[in-house]
Amino acid sequence: MGLTIIQKILKAHTDDKTLRDFVHAKVDFCFGNDITAPLAVKAFNNAGFDKVAYPDRIGFICDHFLPARDKTAANNVKLLRDFSQKYKIKHFYDINNCGIEHVFNIEAGLVQPGKLVIGADSHTCTYGGIGSASFGVGSTDLAVAMHTGKCWFKVPQTIKFVYKGKMPKWLSGKDLMLATIGKIGVDGALYQAMEFSGPVIRKLSMDDRLAMTNMAIEAGGKAGVIEPDELTYKYLKVVQGSKFKFNKSMEKLYSDKDASYSEIIEIDVTGMSLQVACPHLPSNVKPVESLKKIKIQQSVIGSCTNGRITDLRVAAKILKNRKVKKGVRTIIFPGSYAIYRQAEKEGLLKIFAESGCIVSSPTCGPCLGGHSGILDKGESAIATTNRNFIGRMGSPESFVYLSSPAVAAASALTGNITHPEELK
Amino acid sequence: MIIKGHAHRFGNDINTDDIIAATYLDSQDPKFLGSKCMENIDKDFINRVKPGDIIVAGKNFGCGSSREHAPVSIKGCGISLVIAESFARIFFRNAINIGLPIIELKDAFKIKEKDLLEVDLSRGIIEDVSTNDKFSTQIFPEFLQEIITYGGLVSWVKGQGVTK
Repeated sequence: MGLTIIQKILKAHTDDKTLRDFVHAKVDFCFGNDITAPLAVKAFNNAGFDKVAYPDRIGFICDHFLPARDKTAANNVKLLRDFSQKYKIKHFYDINNCGIEHVFNIEAGLVQPGKLVIGADSHTCTYGGIGSASFGVGSTDLAVAMHTGKCWFKVPQTIKFVYKGKMPKWLSGKDLMLATIGKIGVDGALYQAMEFSGPVIRKLSMDDRLAMTNMAIEAGGKAGVIEPDELTYKYLKVVQGSKFKFNKSMEKLYSDKDASYSEIIEIDVTGMSLQVACPHLPSNVKPVESLKKIKIQQSVIGSCTNGRITDLRVAAKILKNRKVKKGVRTIIFPGSYAIYRQAEKEGLLKIFAESGCIVSSPTCGPCLGGHSGILDKGESAIATTNRNFIGRMGSPESFVYLSSPAVAAASALTGNITHPEELK
Repeated sequence: MIIKGHAHRFGNDINTDDIIAATYLDSQDPKFLGSKCMENIDKDFINRVKPGDIIVAGKNFGCGSSREHAPVSIKGCGISLVIAESFARIFFRNAINIGLPIIELKDAFKIKEKDLLEVDLSRGIIEDVSTNDKFSTQIFPEFLQEIITYGGLVSWVKGQGVTK
């Protein structure tokens, strides 16, 4: 029996001849952020650990409550900085030299195809988009992995999704993923990997692919993965520069023809509407056309899901020479400083400023209701983020609608949830 | 190990933002995190909960973020065990890693709010003392059972001598 790409990568990181149900595997890179890593440091210290296994395979990427929203946030970053100095951890990144972890880690070359990655953040599943086996874990997992270089895993089964048909105008990776989560539910892929395949995926941009793998967790998935191809390697050469080196082992990064899948689900994208996930679950998906009456007070464009350059280009195309509706706070937050600089170079930041948006520093802030864009009781937002749970963006009595950058930008202009084709 | 406590019922898809809102994640203090447990969906929960009580929930408990603060918060407010029809995977591993007892029980929906439960963790037997119902669950696979027996991941790693 053949193996799926995720099973292959897991097996390659153990000494076992055959793949077992549970493995204790060597990890290539483990990381946390300014809210999960301090808890890992606490677990590390409480355990009485006094050394890290591989200082160069550990990362702390500070992105959640930064720029430090208060003294506690500042102190948590300081704690990580001190710990990094003590244990010679090279990959400590503070606000001015990183970005949102799942955008930055790819740019910085910290994750690569075929590598086994764990992160104390649920959206660690993103890197399956470049062919890594990457899994979200907890803070104690991170503490133990820092100390031992290893992590335990249940080897997952995989659901294969095959996307066929003709992509309609404006449809993006985000729409495909929202439609998929709507179809299988928020626990539809529980404990399983989601492999995205088919002719539509092959033609999809890398930024769109990463938006899909990013949200595998929203269907309960352990991983989201796409077999790497020419486009993947071309993309990595551009964003990672000299940090990316193609090697022969990457040619084996595919699922075997006789690999076993728990299920194969075909999705025809022909004529698919743009998708919006309504409060309060990412699976509560409706076509954008049915939500014209929903008024919004805020539009949020960015995040680890949709804060990449392709996303900002789409938003800028719609916002150019137009003004956002009075009373709609429109916040753009690029995924990283590299993307911020690229957007500046392409004139996108100017377009955003002229249309009445504000451009924030790369941060997780509004996405998780941390800071810089919190909703009050009774308010609604359209957001290109990944979760719309009760209170996710602030008040437990506020409402978050998840969409693509195109719909979020169009809605910012009208104040209602809007299809970009409807703009005059 | 026998656990005895009253049931607090929750529905399906209770996510980690429900369990502990993101704004409190800058704390690592179990007592503080415990005092905010379930705040977004049930403000009165922490006033009702007594040490040793049990959370009983539907499907996909703990979905959403990886925040270990969620099981820490549940433990911190005095809950001794979570029974759910199913668990989201990161919450599942976090609970096992930090030594918060959890049980997967398909019939969890039969247990009512305030029912007194007596649970034999090692045998996987749940007795609803209030209704005289008895449920048995599958014991976790050997690998997980071992970590559970050690009381969590750190003790398991130390006991196994897998440290470098």
